[in-house]
Amino acid sequence: MSFSDSRRSACRGLLTGLALTAGGVALPLSSALAQFRVEISGVGATQIPVAIGRFRDESRSPAALSAIVQADLERSGLFKVLDASADRLDETSRPALPDWRSKGADALLAGSVTPLADGRFDVRYHLWDVLKGKDQGGLSLVVPAADLRQAAHRIADDIYEKLTGDRGVFATRIAYVSKSGGKHHLLVADSDGEGAQSPLTSPQPIISPAWAPDGRQLAYVSFETGKPVIVVQDVSSGRRRVVAGFKGSNSAPAWSPDGRQLAVTLSREGGSQLYLMGADGDGVKRLTQSGAIDTEAAWSPDGASIYFVSDRGGGPQIYRIAAGGGTPQRVTFSGAYNISPALSPDGKWMAYVSQVSGGYRVHLMDLASGAVKALTDTRDDESPSFAPNSRQVIYATRTQGREVLMTTTLDGRIKARLATNVADVREPVWGPYLQPRR
Amino acid sequence: MQHQLTRFTPRLALMGAIAAAALLSACGSSVKLDENAGKPAPISDASTKSSQADANANASSNVNQVVLTPKNDDALAGGLTRVIYFDFDSFVVKDEFSGAIDGHAKRLTANKGKKVIVEGHTDERGGREYNLALGQKRAEAVQKSLTLLGVSADQVEAVSFGEERPAVTGASEEAWAKNRRAEIKDR
Repeated sequence: MSFSDSRRSACRGLLTGLALTAGGVALPLSSALAQFRVEISGVGATQIPVAIGRFRDESRSPAALSAIVQADLERSGLFKVLDASADRLDETSRPALPDWRSKGADALLAGSVTPLADGRFDVRYHLWDVLKGKDQGGLSLVVPAADLRQAAHRIADDIYEKLTGDRGVFATRIAYVSKSGGKHHLLVADSDGEGAQSPLTSPQPIISPAWAPDGRQLAYVSFETGKPVIVVQDVSSGRRRVVAGFKGSNSAPAWSPDGRQLAVTLSREGGSQLYLMGADGDGVKRLTQSGAIDTEAAWSPDGASIYFVSDRGGGPQIYRIAAGGGTPQRVTFSGAYNISPALSPDGKWMAYVSQVSGGYRVHLMDLASGAVKALTDTRDDESPSFAPNSRQVIYATRTQGREVLMTTTLDGRIKARLATNVADVREPVWGPYLQPRR
Repeated sequence: MQHQLTRFTPRLALMGAIAAAALLSACGSSVKLDENAGKPAPISDASTKSSQADANANASSNVNQVVLTPKNDDALAGGLTRVIYFDFDSFVVKDEFSGAIDGHAKRLTANKGKKVIVEGHTDERGGREYNLALGQKRAEAVQKSLTLLGVSADQVEAVSFGEERPAVTGASEEAWAKNRRAEIKDR
């Protein structure tokens, strides 16, 4: 997906007569909104030492590639980065790997950035597995200037995968909502919080953003018409359409894994009940039949089941129903208030929010055994969402009076905090992989 | 609509005056004076005037009645509570608001073309989507109270803002109590 598409001129939203700004352009946010501070706490049981040198001619490009790669790897908590810049290596070098072994490195990265005549950049890199004494190969990525950050993230992902065996998520995006100065923004940023762009600015609240599985669209709930309606917006073009604006309230959109359907919460027949509809808004079919509140649908990654929140038993608990309908089965049994289910793409875990001693805390359930544990020790958590490699959860919380975004590993040990000084940020959702599998 | 006030036939003057009040969307439907006279009004002096209207149906004092009636309607709408507060974890319209519900029901049954929207809200504690559903319950409780008093279902839409539009910010019992509410708004 080309990030440079987003530089075209803004498109007005389809909902007319409303003071909204919707667009695929990089709207000039105040720089303060876009500036995330990232603070990492905790480290992995073992940290892999990786030596990284500044890429040759990096200073001739607008992005400090090696610094982005270093920040990505360090943010994961699984790597310790050693500076190899003094050796002035690039991807064509033939380093003496035993030398690097004695410097304490398990791996070595070097590369170059070359501006091309057509304005694009040729980014080349090479990775050596020092521990195994092996050349891990490298790549050449030719990208426009706007995609240089993404190129650095892809390099970090490659290193991450080669050294840990898991697919990296540095080249993914997050969406979230911020509120400042009486305005609400829907925002899309890199997974490190950098490069934030605002697909929507509204004087009215925006809640419950949800990425389409192809990463090209966002569904969300907007109050711009004076009541909650569900909007689907193409992130690149800014085109918007209301997919659910029925009588009463419309909320909690959840895309099916194949992107063809949305599970939604509607009150058009009274109460709050789950319905399924085509992603275009047609073919509305009721899924739950209770006199209670049924809401917050979340699909299992195989598309066969839908987890949701219901207070049919008294307080809100998480249930599971077959996507084709049927009798819901209760899933959460500890605690009196369990909401906001999120399913890991590998099908093994459910993250959710549980009320504990009056506070709200992200928990993790092993779906095979039903065992649960808290992932945080904060009291105001909301909106957990899995990274596409199922190894991290992003969520929002409140610390020192400020709403911030956090990521955590599934063992709770490594956390990163994304915070800005001037805006409350909330409701994060982690987007899908953007590149097809090589 | 102002030009209608220059006509001096009592019925048209009545209609023009009501339109000018701008609070009721009486789309030309005539509001019969004797119907109003029969209804108990929350403002005590209005009931006195209504018995005079009965006795003086065609007297010139009807013009005075006409001038008073929109004012009464203003006072009726202005004095009518539009915000109904709820206890924690509760969706029951408390007795102290039954007078307000009554008043709104009367306005709406008197004018079938009139529509309102009931907006339900919660305090900030808890999840956003679950709170949206709880706010919906509050809005529907008020809607139900109105339809039980004869208001037609298509005159009332119940929607929710959940915790997204607090009346009062802050994390205190006082603030929370002011946010657990349903608001009745004219459309």
